[in-house]
Amino acid sequence: MNHLDLLTFARGSALNWALIIFVAGVALRLFEIFGLGRKADLARPRTDSPGSGWRTIVTRSLPPEGMLKREPVTYIGGFVFHIGLFVAIFFFAPHIEFFRSMTGLGWPSLSSALVDASVVAAIVALAVLLAHRLNHPVKRLLSTFGDYLAWTLALLPLLTGYMAYHHLMLEYTLMLAMHLFSVELLLALLPFTKLFHTFSVFISRWYNGDIFGRKGVAS
Amino acid sequence: MKQAEQPGSVGEGLKQRGITRREFLKFCTAMTAMLALPPAMASVMAEAISKARRQSVIWLSFQECTGCTESITRSHSPTLENLIFDLISLDYHHTLQAASGAAAEHARELAMKGNEGKYLLIVDGSIPLGNPGYSTIAGISNYDMLLETARGAAAIVAVGTCATYGGLPKADPNPTGAVSVGDIIKDKPIINVPGCPPIPVVMTGVLAHFLTFGNIPELDALGRPKSFYGETIHDRCYRRPFYDQGKFAQTFDDEAARKGWCLFKLGCKGPVTYNACATTKWNDGTSFPIQSGHGCIGCSEPNFWDAGPLYKALSMPVSATAAMLGGAAAAGAAAGVAITWHNRSTKAAAKAAHEKVTVQELMREEK
Ligand code: SF4
Repeated sequence: MNHLDLLTFARGSALNWALIIFVAGVALRLFEIFGLGRKADLARPRTDSPGSGWRTIVTRSLPPEGMLKREPVTYIGGFVFHIGLFVAIFFFAPHIEFFRSMTGLGWPSLSSALVDASVVAAIVALAVLLAHRLNHPVKRLLSTFGDYLAWTLALLPLLTGYMAYHHLMLEYTLMLAMHLFSVELLLALLPFTKLFHTFSVFISRWYNGDIFGRKGVAS
Repeated sequence: MKQAEQPGSVGEGLKQRGITRREFLKFCTAMTAMLALPPAMASVMAEAISKARRQSVIWLSFQECTGCTESITRSHSPTLENLIFDLISLDYHHTLQAASGAAAEHARELAMKGNEGKYLLIVDGSIPLGNPGYSTIAGISNYDMLLETARGAAAIVAVGTCATYGGLPKADPNPTGAVSVGDIIKDKPIINVPGCPPIPVVMTGVLAHFLTFGNIPELDALGRPKSFYGETIHDRCYRRPFYDQGKFAQTFDDEAARKGWCLFKLGCKGPVTYNACATTKWNDGTSFPIQSGHGCIGCSEPNFWDAGPLYKALSMPVSATAAMLGGAAAAGAAAGVAITWHNRSTKAAAKAAHEKVTVQELMREEK
């Protein structure tokens, strides 16, 4: 199998299977989570706080007072990584072509140089966050295999994409195939790892906000 | 190319044709540049080629469309590039030779005997292994003719994507069981000059290298001369700045296409295609496909016919569809419902099995 064959496989059957597992996995997990249900809360809400869930989605996404000073690496690193990743996924022209072919929707892209910069920022942020996790006694204690797995799955597509674009290490076609394989690995495992927060994060923030609102600890 | 030329040498041939040393040097300079050799090599090349005897060349055509031959005959006469073909002795080429039938085959046998171990074998077209009868010449199967002719060759140049990687005949489902020259011949140096067809100057460049140094140029992992196939079309494309700025043509005739913006979205395979089109260009340096408004189809890469639709962007999936994703979502949802049902029945069963403990019972246990 030559490099182009490998790339064709990565764009073909490998991608199809990864997408099927991803979509089916996400649907399964969402149904499973919503299907758990909650017992009807018969108590009268402590405070009348409509929209507490929605507000919490916003407030929990921003550092509470004083925390930015106490945990700058976690907050800044987290933001830089997530924004960098978001820009790379949704604003790189070839990626938009992928979404357009699957959904029919297209939008303007950013220049390669800008996307490149945000990828570098995201990779650096990931490295810093890992170092921090390893050096911070509490974080290290809390970390499990799942955390390191999620870190690796997020890093690989960024790294292979960067190296393919800059013709580093491997021949371009081969590196492009590796990039696709790393994305496929991420897609296939996302529904079943901590990375599922991509879908559940705002759901759980809303739920927390809402339930605490009812209990009188409105956001 | 000094005074007395050896009889039968290239120098003599040049003189007869009235080619001046100056013209010939110009040709050699172009060739050295093309082959990425130091400029000083031009005079060495001129010296070597003019002294060399006309190189005996046997050209075999198997499952092919004659496009490769068409291409090389357009290596721009009357420029000197074309002359390389007057400088070699093309002893057998069944499209270009005058002889036919038994006489033609005789010419091949004569050349093979007379230049044993020294002749250059050029092959275009793939070789069918499915059934020897799929392609024969003078009743000889392509496979047998290749083995027989390769035996005494100094080196083999496989020209065109069919001879180098199987090409169109090998495209799925490969009805003839087509293979490349390199799939069959393992004990001879093979230079792959892929392309559908290859650029004429690349073919003549490889020949010039062979005539000058008597060996084959530096090759990459796919057997291609690095000097011509070292970079992708995309890396040398004059539309590259548009790609980097995110300026793309969406259709072949929109405003962006007229402005000459990048053709990536129209399926250009330039990023994964290694060839010299963007630099040497075609038709005497006039243009190349991207310059004429059509994306690169990647014709010099192995199995490019089966590498997904020609007009789909490289970053688009080859075969995934929205319907497929819809099916996956439905299946996932069904599985989710099944799990929910299972969870709920486990919960209900636990609830049903739950026995209330009375205070009396606890006190009895304490005793
Ligand atoms: S036209 Fe093709 S080769 Fe040229 S920059 Fe665009 S994608 Fe690359």
